[in-house]
Amino acid sequence: MTNLVTPLTEETVRSLRLGDTVFVNGPIVTGRDEAHIRALGLRAEGKETPPQLDGCVLYHCGPIMRQTEDGWQVVAAGPTTSARMNRLEPEMIREFGIRAIIGKGGMSAEVAEAMRECGCVYLAATGGAAVSLAEGLGACTGVEWLDLGMAEALWSFRADRLGPLIVAMDAEGNSLYEQVRGSLVRDARSRPLPRTG
Amino acid sequence: MIKLPEPVDQVVVNLLRLANTKIPEDIGWALEAAGMWENNPVAYTQIGAIMDNLKKAEHMGRPMCQDTGIPVFYVCGRFDSSIAAQIAKGVERATAEIPLRPNTVDPLTRENHGSNLGPGMPIIHYIPEEGDFTEITVLPKGAGSENMTRLGMLNPSDGVQGVEDFIVDAVLDAGGRPCPPTVIGVGIGGMSDTCAEMAKMALACPLDVENPDKTLREMEERIFVRLNKSGLGPMGLGGATTCLGVRIKKAACHTASLPVAVSIGCWATRRASARITDHGVEYAQGAVL
Ligand code: SF4
Repeated sequence: MTNLVTPLTEETVRSLRLGDTVFVNGPIVTGRDEAHIRALGLRAEGKETPPQLDGCVLYHCGPIMRQTEDGWQVVAAGPTTSARMNRLEPEMIREFGIRAIIGKGGMSAEVAEAMRECGCVYLAATGGAAVSLAEGLGACTGVEWLDLGMAEALWSFRADRLGPLIVAMDAEGNSLYEQVRGSLVRDARSRPLPRTG
Repeated sequence: MIKLPEPVDQVVVNLLRLANTKIPEDIGWALEAAGMWENNPVAYTQIGAIMDNLKKAEHMGRPMCQDTGIPVFYVCGRFDSSIAAQIAKGVERATAEIPLRPNTVDPLTRENHGSNLGPGMPIIHYIPEEGDFTEITVLPKGAGSENMTRLGMLNPSDGVQGVEDFIVDAVLDAGGRPCPPTVIGVGIGGMSDTCAEMAKMALACPLDVENPDKTLREMEERIFVRLNKSGLGPMGLGGATTCLGVRIKKAACHTASLPVAVSIGCWATRRASARITDHGVEYAQGAVL
């Protein structure tokens, strides 16, 4: 089990191995489809982007947030399906030097290639574990682009033992999902089947 | 109008709160058992994270998953035509009070009114029955698992083997997307619509209630073993726990048809029922239907 502290260095990221269990501590941002589109759009127009995106740990998550007297508080924050961001992620990794992506279900070979090239890993969070993961996100330190809606905004947190997360795609282009898919047994038998027809 | 001891909208709020914050006992036990036989460290970590999350959700009274889904209702016993509006009111109140995530949108404009209502919502199935009771059961179902639903109009000659292969493929092709370990609801027979309805309703049947039909029971066992020997594992990351149980329902069908529907329930397979009688309301999570 490894405790990672953000911002992550390329060296740390490249030292992680498939199947490792890690916890993330320190600054982290959440972003889904819309945040990706806006970030890349602003970059393409040469406009300023929020500095917390540079070299960040990006969590694919649309949190349920609550506004209290002391500011925003996270209520539920499980991972969303990362594959939806497949098309946009290679450019995000190259443009913003993202060091780690947290999500569920894994990402495409094109994303794996960008991760290998730039030094970035994919960390699998337990799907649906919204209460525990909300606790791990810790204190909310800011929000950008709230006009995109609560789920799509770019939220910043100071994570406190966010996890457990599994290194499911490493910085060498390997994917645990691909390995599992490649070795699936479809016809394991327990006992002979009755005659059919 | 049939008079009930407690307003139905309040019963629905209570039901949705119970279903979303507390996992049914049979599913909880199955997860716990999985934690004991799993020796793949990654899979073990996933089951541990799920159990930890369940304890916190129940303790804090928060939804166990951020996707509180779309609630599917089953109304049994005696009721009248006013019940649909009362259930709708309950859904709207629960969305604001618990709170639930507003998930319901227009399918094309994707407009969200924030109430979890809209044309065709809430989804309610009616099962009239003799007796002095009204029973409302709710199954909240998230999109991650619902999107993996599969309907097949097989050839009658595909037989039992063909049906079992179809179910196994549906689950393995879904991979980690429906958040395994999953509960597999299956409908066999009927027509396309009733077949899919049976598959979803099968998810209301607890894992510890034996299927009264011997053929179906043996099919459930074989599919269970095949899936858990497949290696897919929790979240599709590998391991010995791909499914927690298989529940099959069947109905008669056309001589030239063999419909099969697979409805996948994620680890957060949620359910709750309320039995309303003249003496009051009793809540439980061991629905059968
Ligand atoms: S599939 Fe189930 S556990 Fe996973 S995110 Fe959806 S509702 Fe939650």
